[in-house]
Amino acid sequence: MTVSAFSSQARQRSLPITIWTATALAVAAFVLLPVATIALISLADTGTLWSHVVAHVLPQAVWNTVVLLLGTGVLAISIGTGAAWLVTAYDFRGRGFVEWALLLPLAVPTYIMAYAYLDVLSPLGPFQGAIRWLLGYSSPREFRLPDIRSMWGAILVFGFVLYPYVYLTVRAMFLTQAANYVEVSRTLGVSRNLVFWRVALPLARPAIAVGAALALMEVLNDVGAVQFLGVRTLTASVYTTWIVRADLAGAAQIAMSMLVFVTALVLFERVARRNQRYASSAQRSRSMPPEQLRGPKALLVFALSLFPILVGFLGPAIYLIVAAVHRLEFAGFSPALLRAAINTVSASALATVIILILGFLLPYAARMRPGQGTPIAARVATLGYAVPGTVLAIGILIPVAAFDRTLDAWLRANLGWSSGLLLLGSGAALIYAYTARFLAIAVGGVEAGLSRLPLSFDHAARTLGQGPGGMLRHVHLPLTRPALTAAGLLVFVDCMKELPATLLLRPLNFESLSTLLYGEAARGTYEDAAIAALMIVAIGILPVILLARSGSAARR
Amino acid sequence: MFAKTFGVASLLALSLAVPALAQEVNIYTTREPGLIQPILDAFTAETGVTVNTVFLENGLIERVQAEGESSPADILMTVDFGALIDLVNAGVTQPVQSDVLEEAIPAALRDADGNWFALSGRARVVYAAKDLALDSITYEQLADEEWKGRLCIRSGQHPYNTAMFAAYMAKHGEEASKTWLEGIKANQARAAAGGDRDGARDIAAGICDIAVANSYYYGLMTSGAGGEEQKAWADEVKVILPTFEGGGTLVNVSGAAVAAHAPNRDEAVQLLEYLASEEAQKLYAEANFEHPVNASADVHPIIGEIGELNVDSMALTEILPFRQRASELVDEVNFDTFEN
Repeated sequence: MTVSAFSSQARQRSLPITIWTATALAVAAFVLLPVATIALISLADTGTLWSHVVAHVLPQAVWNTVVLLLGTGVLAISIGTGAAWLVTAYDFRGRGFVEWALLLPLAVPTYIMAYAYLDVLSPLGPFQGAIRWLLGYSSPREFRLPDIRSMWGAILVFGFVLYPYVYLTVRAMFLTQAANYVEVSRTLGVSRNLVFWRVALPLARPAIAVGAALALMEVLNDVGAVQFLGVRTLTASVYTTWIVRADLAGAAQIAMSMLVFVTALVLFERVARRNQRYASSAQRSRSMPPEQLRGPKALLVFALSLFPILVGFLGPAIYLIVAAVHRLEFAGFSPALLRAAINTVSASALATVIILILGFLLPYAARMRPGQGTPIAARVATLGYAVPGTVLAIGILIPVAAFDRTLDAWLRANLGWSSGLLLLGSGAALIYAYTARFLAIAVGGVEAGLSRLPLSFDHAARTLGQGPGGMLRHVHLPLTRPALTAAGLLVFVDCMKELPATLLLRPLNFESLSTLLYGEAARGTYEDAAIAALMIVAIGILPVILLARSGSAARR
Repeated sequence: MFAKTFGVASLLALSLAVPALAQEVNIYTTREPGLIQPILDAFTAETGVTVNTVFLENGLIERVQAEGESSPADILMTVDFGALIDLVNAGVTQPVQSDVLEEAIPAALRDADGNWFALSGRARVVYAAKDLALDSITYEQLADEEWKGRLCIRSGQHPYNTAMFAAYMAKHGEEASKTWLEGIKANQARAAAGGDRDGARDIAAGICDIAVANSYYYGLMTSGAGGEEQKAWADEVKVILPTFEGGGTLVNVSGAAVAAHAPNRDEAVQLLEYLASEEAQKLYAEANFEHPVNASADVHPIIGEIGELNVDSMALTEILPFRQRASELVDEVNFDTFEN
């Protein structure tokens, strides 16, 4: 009797953990499948292509990509970290507003940002028009500013639209972790400015790394903005190789090299700080009390933190509103837009729920059963984010279509009934693509959230008689909820903006806002596109505001 | 709760996307279907056959191949003759024998086996600043020193440009082509980026004096179909039909093929025949300012006014073998990196 009770208890303890491990590995395999498919494609013999690519494509493309990444990285980190410090270290009039508004550029897709600035800053646009008027010139032939279609133009565009990724993670860190250290440093007589450089910045390094990695992956994934701005990046070369030269294998080879490069970079950053530990104590973490600013100083700080919002959000938003109003007067609101909006929101929401569940599962499995390959599973699951969207979409297309075909053929042979293309035709392939691509965001967010919970919490919970399920329900889920919420909102916005995979994998007659927008842009009816773009931004604002609020809740 | 509600709504929305079983035909297209929507609507009105479309800018071949015999695609539509032949080479088309199509489309503008059919033509032309004293130009002259820092062109890797470069190579050989491309690169007034319409805008903005672009964009802009702003750009330019030395103007095509596993083959052929008919060809010209392939339909007056089109005599299939090498040359001269 006692023996059987004991053994059943032992089984209870080990069984869920085995399930955790198995599930983690399954999820990792599921995300790895498209990447593995691309790797397989890249093994094909591409004849002399590779030597051409090495001699004539890579030198320029790698150089452009590195410069673009470095420039964008420096800009996004400076703006993101600087702004996060201003709104957490100081209290000033308007702080409540800029604190959440600094996140707004998240709602603006990079290609929209690029197009808006190309138009606004064109010699025919309002900005240069005003300058000419001020200086007394009548025609752009007499005076014009340098063309934005350049590397510096691309860096500015990307930096100002992508800094929120850094701002988001760094601000969360400042809010929850900084107080104790800052106060100790202040007690030791360090000035507030020095605290930033000597204490806050080094402490924020993991957060900066996570945020910057997300921002730079967006740069690597972009095809639209660099096309508008004339910067030939690696991703642009992947496209050329695939589309113009009809050489998918060659494109896959370049994409795989990029993946290796990115993975190496991420590993390097991790290794570089492997000897540092950032876990906080079990005490309740507090945010530091901000310093009250008044007068010109307050105004200056307000203006400083307003600037990125102006460039990264208000500028493009006003541009889109003007263009959209113009269009609405001209042609009215098309019902296709409403359908596309419903499609976009529902597909993104469904994908977000799935991504959150899986994104919690992986790091949680790694915590419950470190070893057994679970931490590797969590790493593998983030690979999809480092592959350009279209290439990843091909990696999904091939296995998914193979499944659909096999099922269809079997059903036809055995039941005389055709299922058609089950996954591709229903849009399930789309959800799969979003999952493979954006799981990294959820995993990263949850991992960070979990790592702040000391293991002593788990031990205490187990001592108090909670099983794994109870511990999850009563301890881990409630305590990681802010991280989950933040990850969920970020994932949702990213799914909404996603273009290349949506374009390739959607079913017949299915348009999302981003594909509609792209279609309009492809045929040059940009004003039509403005309405779709504005709707993406408008729908994106809501989660961004929620995101900001969930961040502020940590302050209380 | 929020998420759950939307999850259900999404499944509903997604299932609505699966087409019903009425008489229908499915188009996979790399060409934005909005451009030809009026023509498709007219077809549906006339025949009762529903037309479903999906716009796949990249990866059309991969998708059809991956879907295999379960693919719902009936018609594959694309621009650029090279892309049409890529479809055939990838084995995703099937031959179609139709007297109607053979009657309507000249032999040079369709595959001998009926694997693809051109449906519209577009000339690669030069936009020039209106006040520029320039009435004619050759493609060869685009590389002349005279245009240093005065020329706008989109990415050298865009199919519209690689087709033009390949044609040049077919006529002049590789060495001369490389020199020519280097000359055009040296003439760039700004990065080779954006689309053809940007050429007109940048002429209006004083950035360049000439731009390489497709003919129909001028029609779309100047007719007001692209909005007031674009009309203003078009007002600043005139269109010149360039020719090759001792030849004519390069005219590329848009076209279509019947998919290898088309589930609605009859409707697909029916739609192709309609697209080649005089009625639909007029719509191509009116709605999109392209050159009809059916001789019984006329070009739009706006395009007609540009001047008499003297189509270069070299067959598109003769240009084809040079496409790959032309694209490589673009890399070799670093065409898309602005260094002026």
